[in-house]
Amino acid sequence: MSISTLAALILLLPSYAFAHVELGQATGFVTGLQHPWSGLDHVLAMIAVGLWGAQLGNPAMWILPVTFPIVMSMGAMMGLLGILLPGIEIGIALSAILLGAMVVGEFRPKMIVAALLVGFFAIFHGHAHGTELPAGQSGLLYSMGFVIATGCLHAIGIAIGLIKRWPAGKLALRGAGGFIAFMGVTFLWRALA
Amino acid sequence: MNGRTSYQHIQTWLLAGFGIICCPSPSAAHLVTTGMGPVYDGIGHLLLTPEDLVPVLAIALYAGLRGAGAGRKAMFLLPFAWFVGGLAGSAVNTATSFPIPALSFLILGGLVAADFCLPSAAVTSLAIVLGGVHGFLNGAALQEGAGTLGLIGIMAMLFVLVALASALVVSLKRPWERIAVRVAGSWVAAIGLLMFGWAMR
Repeated sequence: MSISTLAALILLLPSYAFAHVELGQATGFVTGLQHPWSGLDHVLAMIAVGLWGAQLGNPAMWILPVTFPIVMSMGAMMGLLGILLPGIEIGIALSAILLGAMVVGEFRPKMIVAALLVGFFAIFHGHAHGTELPAGQSGLLYSMGFVIATGCLHAIGIAIGLIKRWPAGKLALRGAGGFIAFMGVTFLWRALA
Repeated sequence: MNGRTSYQHIQTWLLAGFGIICCPSPSAAHLVTTGMGPVYDGIGHLLLTPEDLVPVLAIALYAGLRGAGAGRKAMFLLPFAWFVGGLAGSAVNTATSFPIPALSFLILGGLVAADFCLPSAAVTSLAIVLGGVHGFLNGAALQEGAGTLGLIGIMAMLFVLVALASALVVSLKRPWERIAVRVAGSWVAAIGLLMFGWAMR
């Protein structure tokens, strides 16, 4: 092997440059942005919030996605302060089951009840996911990425939920709720096993 | 005859131009020469510090939600208060362990999310307090760096940011557009809560 080939191969193995101060700042944001997408339980529950909000229409369509990140952050704060929460995984699985069931059944409770239900489960999601900051990364940027990604998942749910305008879309929306509830049952099975 | 005169004109101008090129002066195009470096440091400091940038955007959004008058006042008073706070901060060597930016995130994000109807004077006071407190922290941080020129850079950037963000919100007419702003506010408040958690951990 010639020296030039060897040099070219070495160039294919880059490592971090460590050239900047406050290393890990940018990765903190990206880690936070990626984290909510890494767990199917979190993804489905967030989308279910958006679907249910869209199904309920105004003002639930925006009140539920506003409630969730704020209460989720309270749950994360509890985790950061070391306040233990029993049955986190069970709570997350139940969130998928109940929110999915709400979409399937097109349940229309009072606004305050819907917000309380969504807020209750947001605590479990925040406690489980909000505190998982890798060492050496910025807590603030991780939080920003985490909250923005969660908000985007709600937005995806709302966008999908807008298919309710068409009769077939209405049915498909309820089907999506059923799928989320079914996945919730599998999460619950895994949590209890 | 005419052609010959114009040729002589061109020749004269070319010679004059050549003479000018032969006598260059410093271009003063670089930051070291102009002394503008700290101003850009200040601009960069604000844009690259989310602890300051996000509350500024939040107050701009809130002022925009409260109308053009509140936006205008915030646009002028926030940079001014920031500068005064910065000067005070640069004179005092202090450090605080209390997570002040988290409080700004929480209060301003909450106000935007709730679209809370505060009177115009209260919005102005909020802008002044935000500018004073964050400016004070900036002044202490820039003591051995960009200094007063850095504060001027921050001031200029604040003016531009508040003007653009609040004007954008004032121009929003459709209900869902204003709701999008409120959703952004809820995200800011949520980040503030998490910041408290990280600070108290």
